Amino acid sequence: MYRTLSIRVLIMSKIESILKRYQAGRKESLTPILQDIQAEEGYLSEEAVITVGKFLGISTTKIFGLATFYDQFRFVPSGKVHLRICNGTTCFLNGSGQVVTAVKDAFGIDPGQTTRDGKFSFEIVPCMGGCNDGPVIKTGDKYYTRVKAEDIPEMVKKLRLLAEI
Amino acid sequence: MSDIKEFLIEEILKNESETLPAAAEKMLAEIRRDRPSVPVIYISSGSAALIAGADKTAMAIESYVSDMGIRAEVVKVGCHGPSVFEPMICVHIPGKNKLIFRNITEDKTEALLNGVFHSDMPEEDLVAQMGNTGFEAWHGIPFLNELPYFSFQKRVVLNNCGCYDPGSIVEYIARGGYRSYVKTIRNYTFEEVCDIIEKSGLRGRSGGGFLTGLKWKYALNTSSDKRYLVCNAKESDPGSFADRSIIEGDPHRLIEGVCIAAYAISASNAIIFLKAASEHSLDSLNIAIKQARDFGLIGHNIFNSGYNLEISIRIEAGAFVCGEETALIASIEGKRGMPELKPPYPTASGLFDKPTVINNVETLMNVPLIMQNGPDWFRNIGTSGSKGTKVFSIGGRGRLTGIVEVEMGTSFRTIVESIADGIKDGKKFKSLMIGGPSGKFIPEEKLDTIVDFEEIMKAGAAMGSGGMIIVDETTCMVDLVRYYMSYIHKESCGKCIPCREGTGRMLEILENIIRKPLTDDSNATLERFKGVMQLETIASVMKDTSLCGLGQTAPNPFISALENYREEFEEHIFDRRCRANVCRGLRTFSINVEKCTGCTACAAKCPANAIYGTRLQPFFIVEDKCIGCGICHEVCKFSAISVR
Repeated sequence: MYRTLSIRVLIMSKIESILKRYQAGRKESLTPILQDIQAEEGYLSEEAVITVGKFLGISTTKIFGLATFYDQFRFVPSGKVHLRICNGTTCFLNGSGQVVTAVKDAFGIDPGQTTRDGKFSFEIVPCMGGCNDGPVIKTGDKYYTRVKAEDIPEMVKKLRLLAEI
Repeated sequence: MSDIKEFLIEEILKNESETLPAAAEKMLAEIRRDRPSVPVIYISSGSAALIAGADKTAMAIESYVSDMGIRAEVVKVGCHGPSVFEPMICVHIPGKNKLIFRNITEDKTEALLNGVFHSDMPEEDLVAQMGNTGFEAWHGIPFLNELPYFSFQKRVVLNNCGCYDPGSIVEYIARGGYRSYVKTIRNYTFEEVCDIIEKSGLRGRSGGGFLTGLKWKYALNTSSDKRYLVCNAKESDPGSFADRSIIEGDPHRLIEGVCIAAYAISASNAIIFLKAASEHSLDSLNIAIKQARDFGLIGHNIFNSGYNLEISIRIEAGAFVCGEETALIASIEGKRGMPELKPPYPTASGLFDKPTVINNVETLMNVPLIMQNGPDWFRNIGTSGSKGTKVFSIGGRGRLTGIVEVEMGTSFRTIVESIADGIKDGKKFKSLMIGGPSGKFIPEEKLDTIVDFEEIMKAGAAMGSGGMIIVDETTCMVDLVRYYMSYIHKESCGKCIPCREGTGRMLEILENIIRKPLTDDSNATLERFKGVMQLETIASVMKDTSLCGLGQTAPNPFISALENYREEFEEHIFDRRCRANVCRGLRTFSINVEKCTGCTACAAKCPANAIYGTRLQPFFIVEDKCIGCGICHEVCKFSAISVR
């Protein structure tokens, strides 16, 4: 991927400041390091994985192998608006399956992907603890509760305005 | 602050006698707000409450209090249990019993507080008053422990949840916290602690129900320079939120339990393995650990006992299989979370090949109480085989859902009919699902089974995670089984073939059952029927040959659903009908020509463009195009659309 030099330097400096908190060569720190990078950057970039590999002495293939195994990690930047849709059992009984389909249709993406304009992404998470108000969708700090599939087009319209800002 | 800290450490924690001097007791009562001089407002702020909007309520209350210039204290506490009532507010007016209000959203706060401070109680949101506190009772308001939701519970593990500020170690110590930990490291050897816990009969609260004390002994008796204690707060079941609620409501007792357990196996490192995407629990734990370290309860040479302990938190990265012991260990070691063959058991060779004990959150929550009250106290609770209580998170279609704690020996009927107060919207009960994706269904006939490791086993189920889903007649069993199978299929780690391929095939067959076409061409019915026969074979093979518990128990929902609700499967296969009208593929809609006014509302909303017609003339639905979403049925104002 083409990047301007200044952005690259910025990313590297961020990653290095994360790595400073860990000891080099300790393989068990791999998951926490990746989690920290994802929390900071929103995704795992190629540069990040290579740097971490050098730091811990693990091949990049192995790191990708681990990162793709877990649901949490993503390899494309998340959208400006990132939705987390609960698909716990109670939410499912209350119709979160249809909600997920409606969101998929509205954005034209699958969970874990980002729309081409970089505005939206969504993921499916197990129970968030709001079983009585399900299905629950979380974006940022805001919760949408008792969401129905019919409400999605309206909600997406509002989110589009939010993503424009 | 530092005065209080010194007082608590020197006078309370280091005090060796059972009874405290009267002056100290008075001080603790003040910290506990037993007899407050100003009104206290408790706002529940757990995950469930936050989702229901508790943060906005809290802000509204705080600004009301400061705007009106009222001298009152606002305290954020964990969830009290019934998540239906969130955001829940508890108001304590000096000299009177505490009052509990339900569903206080932002807009209701002003009316509520106006009423409370001018002795004009808003009746409709009032739940109950707390009893037996030695205060003046409110007239005509029921007591909390008389409500069926609470009267059938025995709150031992949860007794602190919703009562104190989880972000304050001071309040926890004032409630008797950390005293049993300090007593333990001062008075008992490692073996003695293991003996006490073994004698109490405490069994692991997740999975097999192994004796906790015995497990600790195995690890302690394995010679090694280092041992680890891992607290499994992974809570994989997608429908369970019990551990989360416990951690958010009472993080300090979990830390105390971890400390005692780590001491019992002489471990100098303890790790709490926390579920991903639970920021709120993480915050609570981080604060709790920081405060405990500040009080010298964690760290080097704790209270001059020569014992060292470090507690760290690891957040799992999102894989269901990591709830399995060996997979969990692999995950902490920085590998893919894949299970391994047992033995060797983790107690012999676990994390970094050192002896490791893995305990569930609820198990560890019981430990400080046993050390405080003695093993005989614990033995007196529960049944002959299973001691103590069990926490369940009730979800699904019950009227009162949330966290409940019942004594072992309580029947599931009590939980469903009395505590959860039956089914929402007057629907009929169908089944109780315990244990999530690897659990089983308990039908109406078996509801009298009691909560007990052996009795549940006899009824063909397993205690499992403590997630409990109430299923009513509006739920299709085939669809629910398919949901669980799709979850397991997605989460299967792929190491062993029976699980990786078996879940995939089972999912395919189940999806075939609920899919179109509706017509019976080229022996489609026979194919579907054969599919179900194959499902049974696959299920038994998976059960026998899968590597870990995840694969072995994956077919459980299907097996028990087929056993108890065979007729529903048959209806789907032969009659092509879903009695709950959930399976989209089997729904067909038709428009009643006499009722349809041709308003075009349905045609405009139809996502598949399957509805045709001329304006002001009756419309019709093209069956082949219809995807069975049911939107037309919902938008029709003339109830002209019927479902078959």
